Amino acid sequence: MLKRESLSIALSLILASGSAHAASSFNPDVSLILDGRYSSYGNDSDYELPGFMLGGEAGRGEEGFHLGHSELVLSANIDDMFYGKMTAALHDHEGATEVELEEAYIETLGLGGGAAIKAGRFFSGIGYLNDQHPHSWDFADAPLIYRGLFGDQLRDDGVQLSWVAPTDLYLKLGGEITRGAHFPAGGAANDGSGASAIFAKLGGDVGASHAWQLGLSHWQAEIEGRTSGAHDHGGGTTEIPTYSGDSTVNGIDFIWKWAPNGNASERNLKLQAEYFVRDEDGTVELAGSTPLGSSSYDGQQSGWYAQTVYQFMPRWRVGLRYDQLESDNSGSDDMVLAEAGLDDEGHRPTRTTLMVDYSRSEYSRIRLQYAMDDSYEESDNIITVQYVMSLGAHGAHQF
Amino acid sequence: MKPLHKIAGALLLLATTSPAVAQLNIFACEPEWAALAMELGGNKVAVYTATSAQQDPHHIQARPSLIAKVRRADLVVCSGSELEIGWLPMLLRQASNPAVLPGKPGHFEASSFVERLEIPEELDRAMGDIHASGNPHVHLDPHRVARIAERLAERLANIDPDNREHYRQQHHSFAQRWQQAISRWEKVAAPLKGMRIVVHHKDWVYLFNWLEMIEAGALEPKPGLPTSVGHIAELRRRLKNEPARMILHTAYQSDRAAQRLSQMSGLPVVELPYTVGGSDQATDLFGLFDDTLQRLLDAAQ
Repeated sequence: MLKRESLSIALSLILASGSAHAASSFNPDVSLILDGRYSSYGNDSDYELPGFMLGGEAGRGEEGFHLGHSELVLSANIDDMFYGKMTAALHDHEGATEVELEEAYIETLGLGGGAAIKAGRFFSGIGYLNDQHPHSWDFADAPLIYRGLFGDQLRDDGVQLSWVAPTDLYLKLGGEITRGAHFPAGGAANDGSGASAIFAKLGGDVGASHAWQLGLSHWQAEIEGRTSGAHDHGGGTTEIPTYSGDSTVNGIDFIWKWAPNGNASERNLKLQAEYFVRDEDGTVELAGSTPLGSSSYDGQQSGWYAQTVYQFMPRWRVGLRYDQLESDNSGSDDMVLAEAGLDDEGHRPTRTTLMVDYSRSEYSRIRLQYAMDDSYEESDNIITVQYVMSLGAHGAHQF
Repeated sequence: MKPLHKIAGALLLLATTSPAVAQLNIFACEPEWAALAMELGGNKVAVYTATSAQQDPHHIQARPSLIAKVRRADLVVCSGSELEIGWLPMLLRQASNPAVLPGKPGHFEASSFVERLEIPEELDRAMGDIHASGNPHVHLDPHRVARIAERLAERLANIDPDNREHYRQQHHSFAQRWQQAISRWEKVAAPLKGMRIVVHHKDWVYLFNWLEMIEAGALEPKPGLPTSVGHIAELRRRLKNEPARMILHTAYQSDRAAQRLSQMSGLPVVELPYTVGGSDQATDLFGLFDDTLQRLLDAAQ
């Protein structure tokens, strides 16, 4: 009910802002992201990522023609002190169209001293890709480590405080306290403030043609009942792997961009790499099983990806990405861990992805992607054709 | 007592001459506004230029280095009219510097102080990258630059009232030299009047409006869209009926399309500096116009 209401409010806002000179009116900026795909897979077994409990949006995606997220974004300055933004994503889930509130936050504009506060539901500032919208990603899907640890992207409800240092070298520090209810947290522990994060970003230019950014991140949560994909064993019993305990994630990310004389319109190159490691200590239960399967759990999961995207002429880009994961999980009952997907089955997940995309303008992009997916034991060849287009307000893209 | 006096005197001297203490930090989005800010601010301002003449001001990324500069700026001077819409709003939000937000004295949008041309009747992305509030490339009309200089000098005095008199004098000197230069330019540019010119992008509207030149077509089929073989052939056909004298492009635009049309039509290709730093001669605003006119006149001969 609530979801349907927010949609109708959003739609009436769009209608209200139908006049041509939206920039001079008080109506918010509205934009709509359209994302459609066709995917072909080499095999059709159930997807798993050995050594990782999957959740959130994680999965290998649907086969054949399907829609990605159709996103509706509304944003505006609220007054001279606050900015607000909402993103609603519409997508199909088991035959029904669902509305998901991806982001809904306010942010201060003029606190002074380089400080800013964000409150509401937002993508965490950790890592490089995490707070970027999927439509601005350079590949059709998230890196494997984001799939494995965060269910594609880490977001939660809470507050974020950030500060930009008054230095020539860019330095931004940030901290977050959040509810801890979204995957990979769960249960909104600690009276609804179960997760927290800190991050630092450092960046600058080298000459006129090069720019870089280095990021360090730390996230931790008290988790009370994080659930992962349920599975059926026949006979009417459904087991839901559930984790409770501590979780910490540390990460480092690095971006390097090149454009001749800083003019990216003809040719430009982007190198990007991120590494995350997660440590967890707690208990895994198979909820719904009789007798209740339970095991102590001590896990370490890590992974990295590196990618490069080269625009060799206006409108055309090619990209290459390599992903690799590793896990070292142990507990009192190996059977329970295996049922929860935490047994790496002696397999080290890797994936190599190639893409080429064409942008008619900065508002439209058509992409062809090929992935050699060895992220689970049955290796797969995945071909994806995707369009991502935006209409409405001119979105400003971050570095 | 005497040594103490000396020290105090030295400190006083240091305080008044040390640039780090007194200077106003100006973040200029484009080189033309950096040059104007330097003309008007003199030694009381430290100017950082976010883009160079080799970069397309429509397409800049909100780089970390730019965020750091906006964070420390007392005044942001930009073209406005959505020229920087792809990056300035992101810089302003990331930098958390309330002094330079839109509506504050520290935020100066040059094009908002002059009449803009090409304000579209209808907004439709099918027409390309058009700007709701008109063509933003206002700096190529020196009369408009004079108006903007007046407002920028007022703004500097407003933000930094201690140096009010300094900015008034700087502006007075600049305005005098600028008016003399305009008379000179208008004399030498007389032969350009009525001349038909092919452009790469609609960067030159204000220059043509000033000198009463005529745009005979653009290499971009729609503003902001890269050119195509079909469009160049179509342009060639049109030029047969309505001939032009030359093809213009800027330092930040590739000359490939211009050269292709030149081979087909025999028209000369002229690279204009477009902004300060766009050629060896365009070292300041005066040099920009001197060199622009010289290159146009040379090609027209």
